[in-house]
This record gives sequence, structure tokens and C-alpha cells, in this order.
Amino acid sequence: MGLLSRPTNTRKMVASLVPVAQMIVDILHAKSGKTLTSLSLSQDATVIDVKKAYKKIRGKSLKDDQKLKDIGLSKDGQLYFKDLGPQVGWTTVFLTEYAGPLVIYLCFYARPAIIYGVVDEPKAEVVNIACGCWTFHYAKRLLETMFVHRFSHTTMPILNIFKNSIYYWGFAAFVAYFINHPLYTPPAFGDAQVYGGLAGFVLCELGNFSVHIALRNLRPPGTKERRIPFPTSNPLTGLFSLVSCPNYTYEFGSWLSFSIMTQSLPALVFTIAGFYQMAVWARGKHRNYVKEFKNYPRRRMPILPFLL
Amino acid sequence: MSSEKAKSGFNLTVSSGYLILYNLAQAAGWTLLAVAAGIHLIEHGTVGLYDKGHFLLNVFQTLALLEIIHPLLGLVKTGVFLTGFQVASRLFITWGIVYSVPEVQSKVGVPLFMFAWTLTEIIRYSYYIFAQVKSIPYVLQWCRYTFFIVLYPIGVSGELLSTYFALPYIKKTALYSVAMPNPANMSFSYYHICVMVMLLYIPIFPQLYMHMFAQRRKIIGGVQKKVV
Repeated sequence: MGLLSRPTNTRKMVASLVPVAQMIVDILHAKSGKTLTSLSLSQDATVIDVKKAYKKIRGKSLKDDQKLKDIGLSKDGQLYFKDLGPQVGWTTVFLTEYAGPLVIYLCFYARPAIIYGVVDEPKAEVVNIACGCWTFHYAKRLLETMFVHRFSHTTMPILNIFKNSIYYWGFAAFVAYFINHPLYTPPAFGDAQVYGGLAGFVLCELGNFSVHIALRNLRPPGTKERRIPFPTSNPLTGLFSLVSCPNYTYEFGSWLSFSIMTQSLPALVFTIAGFYQMAVWARGKHRNYVKEFKNYPRRRMPILPFLL
Repeated sequence: MSSEKAKSGFNLTVSSGYLILYNLAQAAGWTLLAVAAGIHLIEHGTVGLYDKGHFLLNVFQTLALLEIIHPLLGLVKTGVFLTGFQVASRLFITWGIVYSVPEVQSKVGVPLFMFAWTLTEIIRYSYYIFAQVKSIPYVLQWCRYTFFIVLYPIGVSGELLSTYFALPYIKKTALYSVAMPNPANMSFSYYHICVMVMLLYIPIFPQLYMHMFAQRRKIIGGVQKKVV
């Protein structure tokens, strides 16, 4: 927020009417120069005090389902408008993001001659399993976006669709290229590594799904209400007693298991990049929970139990 | 309160003393290189220029890694990201290309960037020395914010030509590359990294060049305005 002070003669006259240590500060719009409001402030006030005072007048951003009478607009009133730029629905963004990796991975799985040349080596069993895992994961995400998630925001800036798609599609190609490569080396510890990794992957996918269902049931249909999530009768949601975003913990576990199962460095890079992004989101959500609910369980961490 | 002030004053002199020494060393190093290279150019031309200058070039260019640490320690106010990027691109050329691919050392790119780098650095480090004692001669300021107009494109041409001449050798010897199959199930191609770095010059060079022009307007233009 850019704030400008511009003392004028009229202001001096008004200022003389308020107690000595007070002053009147005009808040102007930086681009248009229009006066937005005038604030009465102590002369010792810092810039942050000005920002706080301005925010008090302007108020918080409003939710779609709030009633006008509840926000103090009984008779005529004024609301502030803020342009967020071109928007696109969350569902559209998610469907675009997740359909890409599905198609891209399957293209590489087919080992087209244009990418790898003519290949006659048979695929290792783990390559087939990995393709199954990848397909399952993204099919699950697509179905969840359509039938499970209830979003608390309806739209996001249109630029996100490009940013997110480059991330998901790019990583899908990077991971798929090397796992489906004709010269792929199967895991060093054989079946133990493959099936151990597969077990971890399946468990984490189930856990992730369970958390998504629990979060859906937390929010009554058609509303944007927010409540504190707690473990349900499903044991896989027990992680809620340790972290604020167990869906991210499980997602991280899924990809870590996938990386171990395939012994793939690109998959591990994808896992780490995803973990970093999810840790940032989880910290934000955790902070919101703590701020919104005074009785929020103190033991919880954002994404990793006891650690982070 | 007064002891705090004294303390910060003490730190200030230690850090500015260090910075003067560092910049003095760099200015001296690059001047030495310029003199050696200049004498060699007059006596023998560009043949063997790299052999003559490579030691000083590598030592003082690598020493510039300290400039990434300086803002981290709060010694200078410049951004870590931009400095890191500039130092990294220099080290890519000195170690990653010219040192690693001897075939490039006799090609035209080397004298080009060596000429641009030495002049730029002598002026830049001298400028920093005077900035520490807060009295920058206007001539030096003018040089710093004017020479780049010519030196920057020359330097970039030398860097790009060197990388371009190195490409066939990097490809042929698979330098610093890892091929499939390997247990990490990932390949790494230094050749493709080099091509990507060259392509990155296209968006980045105009931005930095324009940034320098903006700085020039701000610093030299500002002085003129005050005079008027």
C-alpha cells in the first residue's frame, strides 16, 4: 500500500479542532491521486499504524455467502471493489493440470520410435507397475476434483493455469522419459524394493483419499464454512492429530515410495520439488487454522509430524 | 546506547577496511592481467594469449565468489541473486568452457571477453575502492557507467563465441555427461546445458543491458540535473 501525506490549508483548520497530539492524514490513490479517506492519527504514529487504521476503515474481504445485514449494511452503504484480474475456476485449472500428466506419461509408456528410436527390448515388470501407479494417481486426482473436493475459493488468476501446467506437464515428461527409457535399469534390490515401494505408494494413496473425504465431510454441502479437522473413524485419518495437512504428508509419501520403487532420480527430484511446494502451502494453511481457531490443537505441525 | 554506537562504528571500519583490501586486490589482479595481456598482444598477437593470462584470470575470477558472500554477511547492499548470477556466468565461461575445452583457448572468443572483462573489472573495482571512502572521482563514475555500452556487447560476444566453438568438442567427448544406462536412471548432457545457457542470453542480455542504461541515467543524468 502506498501512502502519501499532503498537508493542506483546510486540513490545518480541521487539525486545530482535534486534540493537540493528533493529526489528520489524507490517504490518496497512488495512480489517480483521488482522496480515498482521511485518518485521524497520533503524531507519534508509525507507517504501520497508518496501514492498520486504513485497514480498519476498509474492512476485510467478504465471502460469497455473507448476508448484507450481517456486515452492517442495514440501510444504504458503500463497499470497496478490488479488481483481481482475469479469473478462472479452480475445477478448470485442476482438470487441465492433471489430464496433461496422464496423457504425457502414457505417450512415453508406449515408447514411440520418434523419441526412443525403434526398440525391441521388453519392459521390466516395474515399468508396467509404475505406469499403473502413475495412471491411478492422476485418474484419482481428476475424479476427486470432479466429485470430492469442495473449494473454499471459486476462482484463481488465469496466469496460474499456465504456471501450474508447465510444472505438472514438464515434470511428467521428465519422469516418464527416463522410467520408460529402453536402457532403464531395474531396482538394485529387486522384488523387495519394487513391492515395498508399491505397498508404501498404495497405503499413501489410500491415506490421501481418506483425508480428502474427511475434509469434504467437514464442510457442509453448498457452504464455505471452515472448521478444525479431526481424525474420523477411518484410522488413516489419524494423522490429523499430528499435522494440519495430512493429505500433503500422504502425497509426499506416495511420491517418495514411487521414487524408491522405480529407483529413479527424476522421480526423486519431482518428489522434492512437490514437497517444497506443499510445505509452503501447509505452513500457510496451518497459520490460518491457528489464527482462526483459538482452540486449535497445539501439538500439530504443518506437514511433517514433530518436525515441520 | 553509546557503547552500541561505538560497536557499530568499530564494525563499520573493520568491514570497510576489508572491502577496500578486497577491491584493491581485485583491481590489482585485473590490472596485472591487462598489462600482461597487453604486452603479449603487442609482441605476439592473440596466439598464446590464454596461456599467458589464464592463471591470473582463473584466480581473480574465482575469487569473485566472495562477492556472493558479501551481501549475505551484510557487508554490501547489492542483491545476492543478481551477483550470484553474474559470478556464475563468469565461472561457467572460465572453468566450464575455456579451461575444460583447450581447443577453444586459441579461438577469437577468448581475447574478446578478456579485453572486455579486464577493462570492466579494473574500473568497477577502482570505483568500489573510492566508494568506500565516499569520494568517487567523476571521471571514474563516468567511465563505469559509459564503457559498458561497448564493453558489455564485446564481452557477451566473446562468451557466446567461446561456448559455440566448444560445442562440437563437448559433444564428441561427452564432456561432464552421464549417459543411460546407470543406476540413478537419469542422464545428464553438458552439451544440452551449454546450448540452454546460450539460449538464456537472448532474454537476459537485453534486460541487463537496459538495466545498465537505466543506472546510467540515474547516476550520471542525476548529476547533470543538479548542475542545471
